Amino acid sequence: MKRAFGILIAVAVFGLLALVPKISVGTHGVFSSELNSPGTLQLLGLMLVFGGVALTYDLLFGFTGLLSFGHALYFAVGVYLTAIATTRWDWSLGQALGFTALVGILLPLVLGTVSLRVGGIAFAMVTLAFAEAGSILVDKNPHGWTGGEEGVPVAYQKLPEAFVGVLNTKNLYWLALGYLAVVFVLVNWAVDSSPGRVWQAIRENERRVEILGLQPFRFKLMAFVLSAFLATAGGVVYVLLIGGATPQVTTPSFTLALLLMVVIGGTGTRWGAVLGGAVYTFLDNRLLDWSDSERIQDLPNVLSTPLSEPLFVLGTLFILLVYFLPGGLAGLARLRPRRSGVALLDEPVATVEAELERV
Amino acid sequence: MSDPLLSVRDLHVYLGPSHVLQGVSFDVPKGGVTALLGRNGVGKTTTLRSLLGLVRPRGSVVLDGQDIARLPTHRIVGRGVGYVPEDRDVFAGLTVKENLELAERNGNARYDLVYELFPELRERGEQKAGTLSGGQQQMVAIGRALLNENRILLVDEPTKGLAPLLVTEVARVLERVSETETMLLVEQNLGVVKRIARDAIVLDGGRVTYAGPAEELLSDPARVRSLLGVSGAGGH
Amino acid sequence: MDTFVLLTITGLALGAMYFLIASGLSLIYGLMGVLNFAHGAFITVGTYATWFSETKLDAIGSSPLRFLVAAAIGLAAGAVLGALVEIVLIRPLYLRHIEQALVTVGLSFVLIALVEAIWGPTERIYPTPKWMYETTTILGAQIPNDRFVEIAAAAGVLLALLGFLRYTRYGLIIRAGVENRAMVTALGIDVKKAFTLVFAIGGVAAALAGVLAGVYYGSVDPTQGTSLLIFAFIVTVIGGLGSLTGAAVAAVTVGLLQQYANYYASSGTGDLAVVLLLALTLLVRPGGLAPKVAH
Repeated sequence: MKRAFGILIAVAVFGLLALVPKISVGTHGVFSSELNSPGTLQLLGLMLVFGGVALTYDLLFGFTGLLSFGHALYFAVGVYLTAIATTRWDWSLGQALGFTALVGILLPLVLGTVSLRVGGIAFAMVTLAFAEAGSILVDKNPHGWTGGEEGVPVAYQKLPEAFVGVLNTKNLYWLALGYLAVVFVLVNWAVDSSPGRVWQAIRENERRVEILGLQPFRFKLMAFVLSAFLATAGGVVYVLLIGGATPQVTTPSFTLALLLMVVIGGTGTRWGAVLGGAVYTFLDNRLLDWSDSERIQDLPNVLSTPLSEPLFVLGTLFILLVYFLPGGLAGLARLRPRRSGVALLDEPVATVEAELERV
Repeated sequence: MSDPLLSVRDLHVYLGPSHVLQGVSFDVPKGGVTALLGRNGVGKTTTLRSLLGLVRPRGSVVLDGQDIARLPTHRIVGRGVGYVPEDRDVFAGLTVKENLELAERNGNARYDLVYELFPELRERGEQKAGTLSGGQQQMVAIGRALLNENRILLVDEPTKGLAPLLVTEVARVLERVSETETMLLVEQNLGVVKRIARDAIVLDGGRVTYAGPAEELLSDPARVRSLLGVSGAGGH
Repeated sequence: MDTFVLLTITGLALGAMYFLIASGLSLIYGLMGVLNFAHGAFITVGTYATWFSETKLDAIGSSPLRFLVAAAIGLAAGAVLGALVEIVLIRPLYLRHIEQALVTVGLSFVLIALVEAIWGPTERIYPTPKWMYETTTILGAQIPNDRFVEIAAAAGVLLALLGFLRYTRYGLIIRAGVENRAMVTALGIDVKKAFTLVFAIGGVAAALAGVLAGVYYGSVDPTQGTSLLIFAFIVTVIGGLGSLTGAAVAAVTVGLLQQYANYYASSGTGDLAVVLLLALTLLVRPGGLAPKVAH
């Protein structure tokens, strides 16, 4: 019963979202212009993409309990390979996408096999290390491919007509919505499937899973590759939406932003991460404009200066959430907020105590 | 009959989803040794840990008239609760001397008593505790608990894994200590219990199933078998 | 030959800074189980506090003295920040390690944004005393004097910390706590004070690293702390979380490796090599180089 209700809501929400480009209405400063203007649609598209990417991270962290600090790497693969292949290597879009998809499966397969040999902090650090390596590689600009600090544009000549030009932003919006829909459906289906139950069991107590005769490694690798591949896909949509690749997406700060998105939204829920990704992206973009508004500028300097930095607001919001609303925004929707935070990292102290703090 | 030193009422403890202690109540009278007995895994160690606040219990724990159940561990210990943990838990990277020093609570550390009971600890003062044998580590564990005057000493399986000669040695030390300090002793070795315990409490299924004189329990093999699942004198 | 000497000493100087940051990270994680992501912000605060107070200390005529006083202020700022963070943010989340780590992530965003808001994202020139830019000739190589300062500072801190751990009561408590925190409380010791102390120590060491980084690079910007932090994390993990000597050895190794590879192979290779070293170390010895004992 609850399932059917949930599905109904999801369909309704997606339906509504699909209609947005047709709705011409003012937004009273929430966005910089009308709802279906290209500028607003692009921002909405970004919110949808990051909602999806945040959900892929939640699959890894919230559902399977794997704290990775290198998720940005796979997103960056989608972003950079698409741009490089079309612009620097002169490939067609189809070839670029095919190649990106291939790397999007093979890379996490290889790196995951290596990283998952360890757990807890060690795993987090290894993933951080690999992502950092990617970041360094992009910075080095081998053969001039990655463009170093300047990045790489996507060759618009290679794109289908429907995606080129400001007026066609609505098509990119629908592409982003389609991406989110696919990720949403896939993740929800995966989590309910039998491997999905094993993922959640692994998050709760990996040793028990081992004792039951299942090999956690295989399942963890599955979750790892799936979430990475979907993140790569998100990277492709992102680079189309933005028009080019920049090194910001390769930094560990970016993975940490994903972590913030997921926690703000609510880990381990099916839609919390989406909301978190959307809210984060929205605030990150709009706070700068809002802080220029009269109301904020009129505040004493002590307040208006930090409030004009999006990361200050987001960081503070995040901290407040961790204290007062550990279930994230999704926790507001339930009667009893759910505690996030399960013993994921190796505890140097007997976990018995950690368990009992929850009683 | 004077007031009990320690009074536990309706203790409930959960370890994860498992309801380990389901309303445990008992008294520990002042002076002498009260033995806490029961099958493996029944929750004896958990009981001691909850008295110390290492595990958060629901219920009341009254020591010398004061409820300590919700105090943080270091405060409980500061009220005069000594602890010799199962598995000793000595600090391997610290020397024997440092292990003892760490346990100093106020100015009146009873080094004379400790070195008298365990002369070897004085000799091995500079040795890293991690390189000691099991028996020697047990000496450190007991020694540091005795460094301070305690109102009650909680001792968890002190003879576990020790050779028979050492078992006797430890029992002798505990017997001597019990002349001046009240002790709550968890022990599987019924021979030791028979030797030094005055009262006994048996745990089974998360509850207390016997509380009374140790002699009465141990002289009844049938009862011992049914409550503890072992035959009379040995234990392991 | 002279290039080699220059590279070696520079590598050691870099390693010195990594060690200063890693020492705090290592102790904090070893004792408290907290992954302190805000450590990068500690570095930045130390750097900026020094830079800012230097501009306000015109009353002091002599430039080196002005720098020293400013640096002292920077270090004090680091200590205070560290202690405050522990008391206000970390302590209420006792034993909830995930939430504690998350809060430090949020805090790092907040602090860096604050610095950026107040002083802007552009670089600021650092008021390094002139003699640090002069060079001394060693074995035919011209070594900038700041390198010696960095190495000396790190060596001094290492010795001070080791002495602290070995000869003081709080040092004893910390060493024991890194091994078994619960048992320390079971001996009647209130570990909370040790926690605050360790965070304050971490704050000072990080601030010192920040001051030295300003000297080394000649300028400061809000992101400097974060870039150093990543390598410091790598050093901490390779050295073994909770081990000071492990962190020292790892820091020297990483600093030297980075310099040699970046020069003898190609620019950027050194950084990649360090990352590879981390991955290798973790796969071979997930606990890092040292066992988990604070020594």
